[in-house]
Amino acid sequence: MTHTPHRLEVINISIGYGDKIVLRDVSFQIPHGTRVAVVGPNGAGKSTLFKALVGLLPLKSGRILIHGLDLGLHKDCVAYVPQREEVDWKFPVTVSDVVMMGRFGKLGWLKRPSRADQSIVAESLAQLGIADLEKKSISVLSGGQQQRVFLARAIAQEPHILLMDEPFTGVDITTQEVTLNLLDTLRDRSVTAIISTHDLNLAANRFDFILLLNKRVIAFGPPNEVMRQENLAEAFGNSLLVMENGAMLVDECCPPDEDLPHDHPAKEIQHD
Amino acid sequence: MINWLLEPLTYGFMQRGLAASVMVGILCAVMGTYVVLRGMAFLGDAMAHAILPGIAIAYILDGSLLVGAIAAAVAVAVGIGFISRGGNLKEDTAIGILFAAALSLGVALISTMQTYAVDLSHILFGNVLGVSTSDLWLTAILGAGILLTVGLLYKQFLVISFDPVLAATLRLPAELLRYVMLLLLALTVVVSLQTVGVGLSSAMLVTPAATAYLLTRRLWPMMLVSAVIGALSSVIGLYLSFYLNIVSGAAIVLTATTFFLIAFIWNRLKS
Repeated sequence: MTHTPHRLEVINISIGYGDKIVLRDVSFQIPHGTRVAVVGPNGAGKSTLFKALVGLLPLKSGRILIHGLDLGLHKDCVAYVPQREEVDWKFPVTVSDVVMMGRFGKLGWLKRPSRADQSIVAESLAQLGIADLEKKSISVLSGGQQQRVFLARAIAQEPHILLMDEPFTGVDITTQEVTLNLLDTLRDRSVTAIISTHDLNLAANRFDFILLLNKRVIAFGPPNEVMRQENLAEAFGNSLLVMENGAMLVDECCPPDEDLPHDHPAKEIQHD
Repeated sequence: MINWLLEPLTYGFMQRGLAASVMVGILCAVMGTYVVLRGMAFLGDAMAHAILPGIAIAYILDGSLLVGAIAAAVAVAVGIGFISRGGNLKEDTAIGILFAAALSLGVALISTMQTYAVDLSHILFGNVLGVSTSDLWLTAILGAGILLTVGLLYKQFLVISFDPVLAATLRLPAELLRYVMLLLLALTVVVSLQTVGVGLSSAMLVTPAATAYLLTRRLWPMMLVSAVIGALSSVIGLYLSFYLNIVSGAAIVLTATTFFLIAFIWNRLKS
């Protein structure tokens, strides 16, 4: 059997802002169509890693390969769902305008969207259950709806790799459910999904791999290998509380990183 | 009534003035949507002032003011783009320094002229009635070029304004697009100098677009409504100027402000 190239290879990268290094010497390989949860305390560098993966932050060192080629050589195979507060929700655009932006990468510079683009937008909206919001101004959306608009846009990009930064933080149950269903659909299309989350329970139960980060890679592998007490203790330090019955509790009390949202209730993980 | 409307048009200078101010009203209004949405109001104002030395030099050398202004505008757009690319200073501080220096240089140059007071007031507040036919042509050509570019790059400008992160993941040349936008803005300011002057051109950029922002929910209707308000303000303002004998630039801006206030109050009452 021939060697299948990994969809995403990260080789010894260090990333930071200015002189400050946020993530040091990060390496991991993610195969075809898997689902990866990125877990770590506030300020661990999760958002920073994502920004490097989409090419928003230059690497201090190392390489990122997608399908065996350096980042940037592929035009449109990575889609990024940013945290909701990163855009101006009072901007005068409608829901379908925002989703259509996902098609711009595949459109020529001076081309107008075609019928095919419009039907892809309509499908993406339907898939996230927001087809009825199509003509609504984005300023009237709830947090969960905003999240789904971003997801629909990412789907409309038809990516090979989908990055989501904290899609489960501060959204309603329906949006969580729609997002998780979407992950199943993406798996069927063998899209690789990389998602940062504070929900360790979700990470342990719904993902193929977990990347445990705190300024560097603490552990990377299947959930049962990563979710060990010594790894979590190393990543979360004093925020980890081990109960007598073996349950572990992570209490996020450290001051949040400026690029992270501020509401992190304590999360409990139960060992199966 | 008809006479009242037609009488000013019997004068050639009023015809040219009206044509120029309508074109400028539309141009400023369209570029103004980006100024309002991207929070570039201060930048637009700074640009207008920074163009002053170019005009002054053209004036002294007896060349075309518009050409001098264009040369200065290009230099300013590149300069601001360069300074705001990130460095040790905050962007608005850098712009503030540049604009105060340019304004001073402009005033210093103009103050060497004998007709100082009249010239300065024309430059600061516009002299729409002094528009020549060749000015009109240049305005039309520049304006068409600006509107065409905005039309062609509508998608790209939309993405870099709404979501720079998406622009980066789509591999759009955001930096280049930002320079193009600054250049279009600078050229718009240049064109507006003749009608409303350095002091008031930022009002023509911001006020109609802000009014349209209150009334619309999508970008292109916002541009359209903004353009209509800009054009109407120019026409009404010029008539007011003719009959009430007030400075045309001020009359145009005050008319636009009235539109804004009406939209603002209507918006408040609605919600």
